[in-house]
Amino acid sequence: MESFELKRSKDSVNSDQSAHWSSFPDEVLERVLSRLKSHRDRSSASLVCKDWYHAERWSRTNVFIGNCYSVSQEIVVRRFSRIRSVTLKGKPRFSDFNLVPENWGANIHAWLVVFAAKYPFLEELRLKRMAINDQSLEFLAVSFPNFKALSLLSCDGFSTNGLAAIATHCKNLTELDIQENDIDDIGGSWLSCFPESFTSLEVLNFANLTSDINFDALEKLVGRCKSMRVLKLNRSVSLEQLQRLLVNAPRLAELGTGSFSQELIVREYEELESALSNCKNMHTLSGLWDAKGIYLPALYPACTHLTFLNLSYAALQSLELAKLLPHRRRLKHLWVLDTVEDKGLEAVGLNCPLLEELRVFPADPFDDEIVHGVTDAGFVAVSFGCPRLHYVLYFCRQMTNAAVATIVQNCPDFTHFRLCIMNPGQPDHLTNEPMDEAFGAVVKTCTKLQRLSVSGRLTDRTFEYIGRYAKNLETLSVAFAGSSDWGMQCVLGGCPKLRKLEIRDCPFGNAALLSGLEKYESMRSLWMSACNVTMNGCRLLAREMPRLNIEVMKEDGSDDSQADKVYVYRSIAGPRRDAPRSVLTL
Amino acid sequence: MSTPLEHDYIGLAETSSMERSSEKISFSSSASSVPSIEGKTSKTANDTCLNLKETELRLGLPGSQSPERKPSLFGKDLENNDKSNGFAGSPLKNLVSGAKRGFSDAIDGSNGKWVFDMNGKSDVELAKCAVLASPRGGLDSKTNCQQARKSVSVMKEVVGVPQSPKLVQDKNNLVPPVNEHASAPASKAQVVGWPPIRSFRKNSMTSNLAKNSDESTGCIYVKVSMDGAPYLRKVDLKTYNNYMEFSSALEKMFSCFTIGQCNSNGLPARDGLSESRLMDLLHGSEYVLTYEDKDGDWMLVGDVPWEMFTDSCRRLRIMKGSEAIGLAPRAMEKCKNQN
Repeated sequence: MESFELKRSKDSVNSDQSAHWSSFPDEVLERVLSRLKSHRDRSSASLVCKDWYHAERWSRTNVFIGNCYSVSQEIVVRRFSRIRSVTLKGKPRFSDFNLVPENWGANIHAWLVVFAAKYPFLEELRLKRMAINDQSLEFLAVSFPNFKALSLLSCDGFSTNGLAAIATHCKNLTELDIQENDIDDIGGSWLSCFPESFTSLEVLNFANLTSDINFDALEKLVGRCKSMRVLKLNRSVSLEQLQRLLVNAPRLAELGTGSFSQELIVREYEELESALSNCKNMHTLSGLWDAKGIYLPALYPACTHLTFLNLSYAALQSLELAKLLPHRRRLKHLWVLDTVEDKGLEAVGLNCPLLEELRVFPADPFDDEIVHGVTDAGFVAVSFGCPRLHYVLYFCRQMTNAAVATIVQNCPDFTHFRLCIMNPGQPDHLTNEPMDEAFGAVVKTCTKLQRLSVSGRLTDRTFEYIGRYAKNLETLSVAFAGSSDWGMQCVLGGCPKLRKLEIRDCPFGNAALLSGLEKYESMRSLWMSACNVTMNGCRLLAREMPRLNIEVMKEDGSDDSQADKVYVYRSIAGPRRDAPRSVLTL
Repeated sequence: MSTPLEHDYIGLAETSSMERSSEKISFSSSASSVPSIEGKTSKTANDTCLNLKETELRLGLPGSQSPERKPSLFGKDLENNDKSNGFAGSPLKNLVSGAKRGFSDAIDGSNGKWVFDMNGKSDVELAKCAVLASPRGGLDSKTNCQQARKSVSVMKEVVGVPQSPKLVQDKNNLVPPVNEHASAPASKAQVVGWPPIRSFRKNSMTSNLAKNSDESTGCIYVKVSMDGAPYLRKVDLKTYNNYMEFSSALEKMFSCFTIGQCNSNGLPARDGLSESRLMDLLHGSEYVLTYEDKDGDWMLVGDVPWEMFTDSCRRLRIMKGSEAIGLAPRAMEKCKNQN
C-alpha cells in the first residue's frame, strides 16, 4: 500500500512541472525510510539528496559502526539524534589471535560518556573486540534507565563485577549476552544481583565464564523470567542442574547446556530426557562440554526441530555423531570438532540435506604428531550430500586441489569459504603442487563469494585468480602465502567490493602496499603483519593519503626500518589520540 | 622438477636428500619442512637417518629433541602440558614478546611473554631471530632468497649468534642456539596466533586435557604410535577392561597389528603373558606392542595385570618385532622383581 501511494504522489509530482522532491512530505519520507533496516540501504538512501539525508538521519534508530575509529563520537551524535541501539566494533580481527598489542585501544568509555548525554534512551549496546572495564559497565548500568540489551563478543578488560553492576541496576534488561571474551572471572555471585522483582530477561548467555555460579540464584531467575527464550549455561552447570532449569523453561528456543558428563542414575537420566523433550520450541543447541556418548541419546527426542547444533565443545567420535544425526534432518547449521573425522562427516552428508553452514574445529590444533582429524575426504563427502552449503569453516591437516574443485562443483553457492590447512605452506598432499587451483576453482565457481580465507602453499597464481574472478569478495584473509608483491597487487587491482584485507607472514612489500593507494578509502581496513613492508613505505602511504590512518606496531628489537604490523583504515575522525606508545600513527 | 629446491632460511640449498626421500608431505617454505617432517622421518624407521640425526649438530630451542633421540621425552609431554611450548625447531615461530597471551599462557594462565631459559639470550633476541627466520610462503622465488639472506645478515648483527654457520647443516632447525639446560619439552614450536583459534576455545580445549589427566575416574588418554605408520592415535585406556579388548581395538586401528594372535590362544589364568607365550609372540609376529611406563622404561605390553598397566602406561608404541627382542628379558626381570 505504501509503495502504491509513493508511486502516486511521485506521478503527481512529475506531472507538475514546478514540482520538486522537496515538496514530498517529510513525515511520509521518514515513515518510509524508517522501514529500511539494512544500514547499507540506509547509507545509500542518505546519499540521494539533502532531504533524504535528513529524513534518513532523523528516522534512524540503530547505528552500526564497523570501525570505532573511523568516526568520532561527536560526528555520530550530531548526525543521528534518535538512536536506541548501537553496534560498535573495535580492534582488528587478528587481535583474536594475539597479534595486536595489549592496550591498543578501542575503549568504549568515551563513547558511553557521549551517549549518556545525547542518547539517554539508549536501549541496546552490542560490542565486538572493544575494551571495556568494570567502571564502564557500571556507568552504563546507571546512565541509561531504558537499557535493555548488552552483547559483548570478544571484548576484554572487565570482570564479573561489571556483570554484577548490570544485573543490579538494569531494571528493564532483556538480553545479557557474554560471548568469548577475555573476562576476569572472579565468581558467580553476580547472578544473585538480579533483584527479586526482576522478570524481564529473555536472553541470558554466560557460557564464557569458567567459574562456578550461584545455581540457586540462577534457578530462581530462570523460574521468574517467563519470557526467557535463550539460555546458555557455562561448563560448571551439571546435568542434574540442567534438568531442574529446563523444567522451569520449556519455552526455550536456544539452549546451551553445561557440562554433559555427570554420572546419572536411571531416574535422573529419564528426568533429563523428559525435560529436554518438553522443549518443543528448541531450534538451537550448544554447550555439551565433555559430552559422553552414553548420554547423548537423551538429546534425541528434544531435537527434532533443531536447525543449529553446536557440538564444537564435545569431542564426539564418528560413530556417536553418526547415531545422533539421522534424527536431525532439518539441520541448517552444524559445528563440530574434528574428532568426528571423515567418517563423521560422511554421516553429515548422508543425513543433513538442508545443511547450509558447517564449521569443523580442531581438537588438537597444536599437536602435529597426531594427524587424525578431518581431511579432504570428509569435506567432499559433505559436499555431495549438502548442495545448499554456503558457509564453511574447515580446519584440516591435508587437502587437495581436486577435492576443492569437486566441493565447489557440488556446492556452487558458497558465500563464506574459510579453509585452514593447519600446517602453513602445505601443498596438495597428493600432487605436491601448490593449492592455487583449489582457490581458483572456488572463486571461479562461487560467484556469490563474500568471504574467503586461504591457506596451504600458495603462489601469486591464487591471487591472480582472486583478483580476476572474486567480484563479490568483501573479506579476504591470507597467511603464509604468495610469492611476490604481484599477488597482493592482483587482489587490490581486482576485487571491486573488497572491504577488509588481512594479511600475515607473506612476502608482500611496499610496492604491494602502495598499489592499493586509491583502494583503501573504499575499504574498511587493511592489516599486514610479518610482511616486507617498511616504515618508509608506510610513511609514503600516509603522505599520499591523508584521510587514511596508518598505524604501525613495532615488535621489540626489530629493525628500525621494518614495519612489523601495519593497520590502515579510513577515517573521517583523523588520527586517533588514544594510541598507546607501542602504536605509531603516521 | 620433482620437489622444489628447498632453501633454508639463509638461502642455501639443503644437501641432505636422505631425509626428504622418506617424506610423504613436503613443504615449500624453506625451512618450514620441520614439523611433520620431523615426525615423519622419525616414525619411518630409517636407521641411517636416525643415526645421522643422532650425530647432527642441532639448533633448536630449549629441550628440543627429535622424537627418536629420547623417546621418553614424549611420555613427559602428557604430564608437562603446562610447559609444552615445545620448540622442536620449527622455523615458523613468531615470538612476539608484546603479544597478549601466547599458547603457554593460555594453558597455565600466567601472563607474560614466551620465556625461555636461554643462556644469556633475552627473549627479545629470540623473537627477533624467529621473526626473521619465519619463512615467507612459496619460497621458490629469488626475492625470498634475498630476503632470507638479508634476514640472516641482520640477525647476525643483532643477535650475534655464534653458531650461525652451523645452521646451514640442519634445515629442520631454524631457531637460535639451544640451551641444553632449559626444561621445555620437545613438542612442536608454535607460531603465534596460528592456527587462528580464539583464546576461549583454546583454553576450553586445554582444560579438557588437563581435566582428563587429573581425574582418576576420567579418561586416560595415551598416544599410540606405530613404526611405519604416518601418524599417531590417541586411545582412552579406561574404555577397555582387559588386554583382549584393548588389543582388538588397536588391531582395528592399526590393522596390521598382530598381538591378537597371542591372546586368541587363550590367556593364562593370570591376566598376563607367560614367558613362553612372550617368546612365541616375538618370534611369530611382525609387530609387538610396547609401552613406556612411569619410570620411563619401555616394556612389553602384557607383563602386568591390566589395572597396573593402565596406571603405569604413559605412551604406547607398536614396534617391529626385531627391535623389541631386547626388551623381553628386561620385561621378564621387572615382572619377576615385582612378584
